[in-house]
Amino acid sequence: MFEHDEVVLEAKHVTRRFPASGGRTLVANDDINLKFYKGKTLGLVGESGCGKSTFMRFLVSLDTPSEGEILYRGKDITKLKGEELRQNRQNIQMVFQDPTSSFNPKMKIRDIVCEPLMNFNRIRKSEKDAACRRLLEMVELPGDFADRYPHNMSGGQRQRVAIARALALEPEILILDEATSALDVSVQQTIIELIVKLQKEKNITIGFICHDISLIQSCAHEVAVMYLGNVVEVLPAKNLSEHAVHPYTRALIGSIFDIGMDFGKPIEEIKGEAPSPLDVPAGCPFRGRCPKATEKCAAEKPKLHQIGADHEVACHLFDKEDK
Amino acid sequence: MLKIDNITIAYKDVPTVVDFSLDMAGGQIVSLVGESGSGKTTVIRAVLGLLAGGGKVTRGDILFNGKSLLKNTQEQWRNLRGSEISMIFQDSGAMMNPTRKIGAVFTEYLQTHEKISKKDAWAKGEEMLEKMRLPSPDNIMRSYPFQLSGGMRQRVGIAMGMTYQPKLLLADEPTSALDVTTQAQIVRQMMELRDDYGTGIIVVTHNLGVAAYMSDYIVVMKDGHIEDQGDRDHILHHSENDYTRRLLSAVPSMGGESYV
Repeated sequence: MFEHDEVVLEAKHVTRRFPASGGRTLVANDDINLKFYKGKTLGLVGESGCGKSTFMRFLVSLDTPSEGEILYRGKDITKLKGEELRQNRQNIQMVFQDPTSSFNPKMKIRDIVCEPLMNFNRIRKSEKDAACRRLLEMVELPGDFADRYPHNMSGGQRQRVAIARALALEPEILILDEATSALDVSVQQTIIELIVKLQKEKNITIGFICHDISLIQSCAHEVAVMYLGNVVEVLPAKNLSEHAVHPYTRALIGSIFDIGMDFGKPIEEIKGEAPSPLDVPAGCPFRGRCPKATEKCAAEKPKLHQIGADHEVACHLFDKEDK
Repeated sequence: MLKIDNITIAYKDVPTVVDFSLDMAGGQIVSLVGESGSGKTTVIRAVLGLLAGGGKVTRGDILFNGKSLLKNTQEQWRNLRGSEISMIFQDSGAMMNPTRKIGAVFTEYLQTHEKISKKDAWAKGEEMLEKMRLPSPDNIMRSYPFQLSGGMRQRVGIAMGMTYQPKLLLADEPTSALDVTTQAQIVRQMMELRDDYGTGIIVVTHNLGVAAYMSDYIVVMKDGHIEDQGDRDHILHHSENDYTRRLLSAVPSMGGESYV
């Protein structure tokens, strides 16, 4: 499915350690390898604290990994500095979860949307009106919103402005960090439709972080499931619920309350909560909550390996028979 | 058990919820669903007399076991709240004093409601935490709210609310701040409360999936009024209301429509 697509961005062996109190270290990302394909969406799903936002922050150069590299068109962007780093930001842009706190409340929408264009001298001051109108129309907002302030708009409208700002520089890659999580479902649906439409028009590569696996499977091409800093499964989003095999992915799917579900069936639950990332158990990070854990899971940490077309999983249950 | 009779609630003379009625039997689970700002929380706050910022019930009446709640004195409220009617909030931890340990808050709560020694109150608190399947209750009693995870705090909130086996439990977005796997656990525990104690529950939620799974009866609210209501099957499958249908179709579903 993906072999013929061009790899735009690639993360290789990305690890991030944070120093914690008492001389301990917190491993937020542990040897992550992911590929972003041209014009496709990679969804990153997992519970809070699993390291998905930490990872996405590397892609937009807001932080650098402790180890590993991130290749944008073959060039490692984690080593960039100064003007080169600044210029690179035009290629990868981001939309944040809460549009209220990612805008300057004292700036008008016109200035918010045109700021990236001004920063890179793409337009002159006299062209701001026209540029702003064009960008607002792109996200299906009326052009005269330009004179408003962020607080005069609804959450959904603000998120559209955030998308307009992120796309102002025509980036090749767009990172969405829980971009729809603060919105009502009906608004969420319209924002997703907009994003998908713009992606098709402009052939943008998208990295979508979300905790809602049912939303991810409806708007991504490929899904990576993270647990405690590790990618445990990567698979195509299509028919995700049938193909997912990792016990954690299954547990995530099993805990969803779906309006079409059979209500007589008791909801599946997995025991306990994710342990603190400060004391990740040795071996498989999920073994403490896994119903199928064996001795091997405690002894050896499973590695991500291929089990089908575009399908990788890190679990000993699917190890090949190797003697 | 609870009868909300055509109430209008106004903040500073601006009506926010208009003509809301609900008749609820004991042991029933009712969900209030709708988008933000539709007045869901205002309704359940009115039931407990906890309207914020000068909110007032200007018309209609709320009857609990046949008795009007609106004319309650402070004294009567004190006897009712936390024993007959309890409430759980979105983040129970944020509703607790951050500088006091769980044990101190819990024993104070018990001692306000009954004559009980500190030692007995402590033991009773631990027993309630244990019933909510919290691991090592003595440890939790000695913790501050910030030392517990979101799911644990929510269980502590439910344990406190359920101590006196209230007839009515009001839950304001009880699982919205939680991860999906924790959400599944809390939803299951709340449903067990009804089975074990016969508690009637009103859940305010924007998660239609949770509402559909838990409740016998669903009320859809929009802009301060009831847009649609009915039992679960009716709302999910037979509703003729455009808004309800639009809301349902917007919920992302596993194996549902794909946009790409």
